[in-house]
Amino acid sequence: MNWTWFHKLGSPKWFYEISSRWLPWLVILSLLLLVTGVVWGLAFAPAERFQGNSYRIIYIHVPAAFLAQATYVFMAIAGGVGLIWRMKMAEIAASCCAPIGASFTLLALLTGAIWGKPTWGAWWVWDARLTSMLILLFLYLGFMALQAAIDNKKTAARASAVLALVGLVNIPIIKYSVDWWFTLHQTASIKLTEKPAMPAEMYYPLFICLAGFYCFFAVVLILRLRAEILHREHKTGWVKALMSNKC
Amino acid sequence: MVSELNVPALTIKPVAVSPGGAAWITLCRDLRLGFRRQAELINPPLFFLIVVTLFPLGISPDPAFLAKLAPGVIWIAALLATLLAMDSLFRGDYEDGALDLLLIVPQPLFMHVLAKVTAHWLLTGLPLLVLAPILALMLSLPSQAYTTLIASLALGTPLLSLLGAIGAALTVGIRRGGMLLSLLILPLYIPVLLLGTGAVVAASEGLPAAGQLLWLAVLLTLGLTLAPFAIAAGLKITASG
Repeated sequence: MNWTWFHKLGSPKWFYEISSRWLPWLVILSLLLLVTGVVWGLAFAPAERFQGNSYRIIYIHVPAAFLAQATYVFMAIAGGVGLIWRMKMAEIAASCCAPIGASFTLLALLTGAIWGKPTWGAWWVWDARLTSMLILLFLYLGFMALQAAIDNKKTAARASAVLALVGLVNIPIIKYSVDWWFTLHQTASIKLTEKPAMPAEMYYPLFICLAGFYCFFAVVLILRLRAEILHREHKTGWVKALMSNKC
Repeated sequence: MVSELNVPALTIKPVAVSPGGAAWITLCRDLRLGFRRQAELINPPLFFLIVVTLFPLGISPDPAFLAKLAPGVIWIAALLATLLAMDSLFRGDYEDGALDLLLIVPQPLFMHVLAKVTAHWLLTGLPLLVLAPILALMLSLPSQAYTTLIASLALGTPLLSLLGAIGAALTVGIRRGGMLLSLLILPLYIPVLLLGTGAVVAASEGLPAAGQLLWLAVLLTLGLTLAPFAIAAGLKITASG
């Protein structure tokens, strides 16, 4: 197998150049998907039998919750790659993921609270999924705190990568222990192996929103990566040349 | 050219020590160091006692109410006591350079780390187990839950030490790492807390608690086999930074 792409990915300069070509397409794609999904979900999808229109927050809530978890996995894997192969780009990617993931987690918690008020009658209940989401937020904040506390960027990246990997092992344990503890939340209604427990007119826009959130994540991550690359490499020749061309 | 340099011969021959033997030496050394600082030995159980005392004072001294609260209060206090003791695990070795020596000895760091955590648990975790029945009595926990309380703490506190040691290894190089250590490690403590209190609550209501205790044992096995790798990796990163 040809591993050139993997080694190229480790070069900040190469990534900076290639990502400027990807970025416009990703922005267009994520805007298209998000606008289609949200408009379809909010305006055209049928109202739910028991919850009426209040269920429509699902089109933001569920993709945010998906991304909150997926970002942690991505962050931990990037951290692990950085730790094993000493790949600079992977280290930068892990550190850029944390604030994005924390924002998605916060968004999922906030939309969940807004949804919980009309359906459960309370902004917050100590239910299994809410609690594990809150713990996920703590894990993100801990990762960011550790990164901020260590001055040496390389040490900070490696130490927080270990923490992310430990957290990755712990996430299923936390999830199952909390699930076992108490649950009020409905069980997952979308599973990869089964047909969704909702009509197609409801879940098509949901899937479009989900794809849109993934693209949005990619856009935000690339923007952050590019800023971080310029910051870290500001003394190298190619960045100086780039800046003098633009000014 | 090289032969003219006249390198002096190594006069002290290194002694071959097996990994298990090295771990034993580290364990004995840490225990000896711990017993020489007796004032520090008393701190975690004292903290445990004071925190538990705060709950009846702050909430209610009603025995029926306290009995309901007891499993959670004892477990949270034990958790905090373990966490606060964690900062000292590698601090001394980091400051006097012993940690750097541990990193360069030929035996695997895994064994040394396991020995250090074991010694630390014997010095800070075990006293909590001894104190727990007295506190349970003061909080009027139903008497049928005592054995489960001790068993859950016996399985849970080593796990707390192992998880805490990961945080201690990552933060030992940071000047005021204590607060940060708590932020990193407390989320990871939640499963242990849920299973530990779950077991005691079940036992005090007369229900079987074997399920929760077995899960704690599973997590302890997982921790004993995996956590030392993370601790060792953390120490290596801290030492190189």
